[in-house]
Amino acid sequence: MSVIVILLLPLAAALLVCIPFGRRWVPGVTVVFCVADLILVGRLARQVVSGAVPAQLLEPAWSRWLAVDGLSALILLLIAFVASTAAIYSVGYLAHSKVDGKKLRLYYANYNLFIFSMLAIPVLAEPALVWIVVELTTLCSALLVSFDNTREALEAAWKYVVLSLMGAGIALFGFMVLFAALHAGGGGTYTWTGLVTAAPTMPPVLLQLAFLLILIGLGTKVGLVPMHTWLPDAHSQAPSPVCALLSGIETTSILYVIMRLFPVMQAVPRAHAATWALVFGLISVGTAAFLLLQVKDYKRLFAFSTVEHMGIILTAIGLGSSAANYGAMQQIVSHSVTKSFCFFAAGATLLMVGTREIAAVRGLIRRAPFIGAALVFGALAIAGAPPLAVFLSEFSILKAGLAQGQYLVTGLLAIFIVIAFFGILAHVNRMVFGAPMSPSPGPAHSWPEAIPRSRMPFSCELALVLAAIPVLVLGVYVPKALQDLLAMAAATLTR
Amino acid sequence: MSVATKELLENLNALAAGLFLLTAFGIVAMRQARGCLNLFIAQSLLLAASAALLGLRYHSGHLYGVALVNLISKPIIVPWLLRRTSPAEIYTRREIDQVLNIPAALLIALALAIGAYFVGTPLANAVGPEFRGPNVPIGIAVLLLGAFTLTVRREALSLLIGLLVMENGAFLAGISIARDLGMLVELAIATDGLIIVFIMGVLVRAVQKQAGTTAVGELASLKETATMPAADEGPL
Repeated sequence: MSVIVILLLPLAAALLVCIPFGRRWVPGVTVVFCVADLILVGRLARQVVSGAVPAQLLEPAWSRWLAVDGLSALILLLIAFVASTAAIYSVGYLAHSKVDGKKLRLYYANYNLFIFSMLAIPVLAEPALVWIVVELTTLCSALLVSFDNTREALEAAWKYVVLSLMGAGIALFGFMVLFAALHAGGGGTYTWTGLVTAAPTMPPVLLQLAFLLILIGLGTKVGLVPMHTWLPDAHSQAPSPVCALLSGIETTSILYVIMRLFPVMQAVPRAHAATWALVFGLISVGTAAFLLLQVKDYKRLFAFSTVEHMGIILTAIGLGSSAANYGAMQQIVSHSVTKSFCFFAAGATLLMVGTREIAAVRGLIRRAPFIGAALVFGALAIAGAPPLAVFLSEFSILKAGLAQGQYLVTGLLAIFIVIAFFGILAHVNRMVFGAPMSPSPGPAHSWPEAIPRSRMPFSCELALVLAAIPVLVLGVYVPKALQDLLAMAAATLTR
Repeated sequence: MSVATKELLENLNALAAGLFLLTAFGIVAMRQARGCLNLFIAQSLLLAASAALLGLRYHSGHLYGVALVNLISKPIIVPWLLRRTSPAEIYTRREIDQVLNIPAALLIALALAIGAYFVGTPLANAVGPEFRGPNVPIGIAVLLLGAFTLTVRREALSLLIGLLVMENGAFLAGISIARDLGMLVELAIATDGLIIVFIMGVLVRAVQKQAGTTAVGELASLKETATMPAADEGPL
């Protein structure tokens, strides 16, 4: 029952924010509903960990359409967490940007619909319906990406929509081939679990084709190289709380759909699904690591880091051992919480200095100590410095790779991670600690000498602090319940 | 149903599928944005015809549903939505400076169609002998032609139609291999197509207000090498 409530809450919020009750009502409703959703999802995840059977989570009548297991509970938890912190962050961010009431309602209505479409991905059991909500994530977030209504934001939104939908068209055909494969193999229900059961009898050629079509189609939306070209644009031009959603959880929840195919593909001898994952994963990590070095825009820096991390996760899944799968799940969690923090910090920087250009920001730590410190912390965390969450998960992936004897893959992965580490830190280091350039060559550099700390909205600071907690804690201590959830989620990736 | 009727229905379906492919070629070659839209409407009607004929042939009520949904949503609601959301300018645009000239574009389109035939035929056979027929190869060909349109066009309406053509192609193949996907799914996909048109229409209007053009493909200020794009730059 609670699964349905979880899905209904954001929809209700989307309706409620359309009522013009004043400026505080709209963000207030969104924050309250997002936090309520987080609490419900937390309870659901707890039930899943304690071994609740599906009948306890859902009424049997719904089981044809909805299903919750360890993997879906994990993804739900991440979506609800980032949605809550981003909702809190949005309050101050939008108040600072001084948007009018109508635009405010447009933002929050889209925001809640976007959250709804993402929450629906992990709980829907039927692949074709999952395809539809994946489409909805694109459509609900398109107007959020173009929210600033500048030329660049519109260009980014257009690219985002066209490329994502083009990928979706390919994936649609993939899902139809998957359905045909199910029927050619003697039938069964068209759900994820039904597919896993029926996989051994399905014609391998159809399964392989469906897998490739879906990997390429949805991979476009995950940001796998070479289909990533829209991602740095959309993830840098959107308002920062939306960037946190796009980078932190949207990419992950689309990757979840691809992950669901791996247990199906393992039934097919010589399907090479793992090889495809390794190839796409390593190419993404490598390309992103080198592109990171030459960015000029600090939000693009974090956007490329998302491409890198999606590659790392896909590589870990491609390695395929249970330790690597566990590492992949850890990486999903640490990437989501860390990347959303990074975009909050980048957004705070943007609010303070008014430019996205790395070269225009120098000596941030002296001018705005809180934001400077947050930016350095975010950069260290996402680059994988110990003892933070990403370090732990990357370490367990590399360890699993070595234990399997995949020395080439692990070696390449390690090299790319190191390159990305220095790329990110070199840029952020200059922004935060670099000497202020004295005679400013352009108008972009003429920001005030000292920024009073009071200009930073309280809700943004609160969101930064809240988002930092899991980044810090998960690096040194993973609670037993979360460990169990990660293990359950990793177990769903193998037959 | 007699053997002759079955054969007649299959042949009529082949005719509809052939014309469906022809409209996709037309969209690749057409410069007038309005003409692209008309060809797309014709294509959707042919898709509906193919679904109805296959429904009749295989006694599938579900395929009638697909035909009905296509008959209502694409030829009627899509143009209406476009008129409501986007500036009238998108209809009157002509693309003079295409990335490729028309003969070259058609040649590539032809190569794509032939490639799709070689991919699609074994695929249809793998599903089962009763799926032999033109739907799968032509569906794949039109999917690829739609993607090709997206890469060579710059005008908003042509791009939008490229996307919808891709979806039509996937559907033409889908109605033959995944006959009973479920009415809920079909309806949801149709609604989804309408949301696509709505959102893209809104975006085009915003672009036209901001940049004064509907040639959205020519917006190209976001690049890795460029520093922060200034508002007065760009190839527009």
